[in-house]
Amino acid sequence: MASAHAGVIAATPRPRFGLRVGEWLNREGVLGPMFVAPALLLLLVLVAYPFCMAVYFSLSDAFIGRPTEFTGIRNFVNLWESDAFRQTFQNAFVFTGISVGFKLVMGIALALLLSQQLWFKRWIRGAVLLPWVIPTALSTLGWWWMFNSLYSVVNWTGIALDFMDAPGPNWLGQKYHAMAAVIVVNIWRGLPFFAITILAGLLAIPKELYEAAEADGAGPVRRFWHITLPLLKPVLGIVILFSTIFTFSEFNIVYVLTHGGPINSTHLFATLSRQVGLETGRIGEGAAISLYLFPVLMFVVWAQLRSVRREVL
Amino acid sequence: MASVAKRRHWKKLGIHLLLVPFLLFALFPFYHMATTSLKSDRELYDRTAVPLVIRQGVTFDHYKKLLTESEFVTWAKNSLLVTFLATTLSLVIGTVAAYALARLTFIGVGGLGTAIFVTYLVPTSLLFLPLAQVVNWLGLGDSKWALVVTYPTFLVPFCTWLLIGYFRTVPKEVEECALVDGCTRIQALWHIILPIAVPGLVCAALFAFTLSWNEFIYALTFTSSSEEITASVGVTQELIRGDIYYWGQLMAGAMLGSIPIVILYVFFLDYYVSGLTAGAVKG
Repeated sequence: MASAHAGVIAATPRPRFGLRVGEWLNREGVLGPMFVAPALLLLLVLVAYPFCMAVYFSLSDAFIGRPTEFTGIRNFVNLWESDAFRQTFQNAFVFTGISVGFKLVMGIALALLLSQQLWFKRWIRGAVLLPWVIPTALSTLGWWWMFNSLYSVVNWTGIALDFMDAPGPNWLGQKYHAMAAVIVVNIWRGLPFFAITILAGLLAIPKELYEAAEADGAGPVRRFWHITLPLLKPVLGIVILFSTIFTFSEFNIVYVLTHGGPINSTHLFATLSRQVGLETGRIGEGAAISLYLFPVLMFVVWAQLRSVRREVL
Repeated sequence: MASVAKRRHWKKLGIHLLLVPFLLFALFPFYHMATTSLKSDRELYDRTAVPLVIRQGVTFDHYKKLLTESEFVTWAKNSLLVTFLATTLSLVIGTVAAYALARLTFIGVGGLGTAIFVTYLVPTSLLFLPLAQVVNWLGLGDSKWALVVTYPTFLVPFCTWLLIGYFRTVPKEVEECALVDGCTRIQALWHIILPIAVPGLVCAALFAFTLSWNEFIYALTFTSSSEEITASVGVTQELIRGDIYYWGQLMAGAMLGSIPIVILYVFFLDYYVSGLTAGAVKG
């Protein structure tokens, strides 16, 4: 455009500096990198660099306020000899497996109910979503009170309804009960994400499919198995992957509710890593513990990128 | 015909009945928190009393004590400041990055998009240990500014990812018209694209606000003195001293600490639902 004009008006003065900068900025090859630069800088300094530091720490005997020495993979090996770590490793899989399983099944059930014609649709959806919105650390305090050893409202209700014998379990003071409590709170917090996302998937399924199946005499159960579930598969895949990584790396609920106890029975990688790395100062070992989250992250990223790339990138 | 209508009616009723346990599960903790925060200590620690209802009258003592005898107001102010600044910063950085990644072609655009997506999936609990060292190295140890600087690490990838999707829905022709009319790209972005993308921007801002208000592990790790911590950290750490828990005050703190989010939630419920269903948000 500019050169065409220049041909007509031969004696055009050189454009002002501001104009030239403007034109230069208009080039995609210039504007693009400029627009991405702040984000890139942030991610390099505050994500990539700390990550490299974590790897470096994990390979050293770093301790707060002491010069460090490179020790190779000793931290990763030593951890296996620690009871606390082995317990944590097992906890992470039990916690994630049971939580995600329950969230999935309950999420599908809730989504199916929410997709029906309801009287106060907006209100009901709003109520269902609420646990996901409130700060987890604060809502977990509420659960802490509900599981209190003396005044547990859970036990009171259980006893009143004859589910439990008085005085009922000491939820946070006994091994398996504490794990159950932590899992229940995680399900409570994560269920809305499953329900609402699966609901979106449900609403995207064409109604004609159900009408046709009904006309062919398929009952509700068969319609669910042969239409709903297969068509929900992509949505379920994404929800399970996302939830797995964030359940696996859960911190808030365990930290507030049990602090990893009793006797490490509810520690997850994030909480143990904090305890070892900050509370006892063994940064190297703490970093090694948190890096055990990495393989799971890598797997989820790989699986997500495979499906995302097909659609967007 | 009448019987068909009747059967539908019963079915609808049945669905609502099936929803009741889910609703109880979702809402009961909040109900219990609220009633606890309004009960007198005498009723709270009476083991013969029914814990489900308030029988001896409502009292605001716990709230009064929380606001006058603890640093709660300072913590809430910190939370607001950090959340507001981190959200604004992330939204600006995320918007320009998303525009570039969605609309412009330049070297490395594909790789960057992937990098943003990958960081978006990195959980905060993986990085808090080394990040604490970086924060100290920046001279921000035990300061709320550490949070203003570090929260964008999870907010920017989130905003960018969400907004790339929104910018892609704006037809390319709209922008090309503006360019042909003599707009520069920046003008086109400012006058044409951003106004169209307002719902996306609101959604991103809302979730960024919620995510940073709810953030806990960074706040817990990077700040510790009472003047610098956020509401979540203050309530969970400072209100518990020794073995005596002031449950009424704790629950009052949890209620008040949730209020800004609840207000946003009531006004923007549909955005929350649409953000979740767009699959942009992790849970």
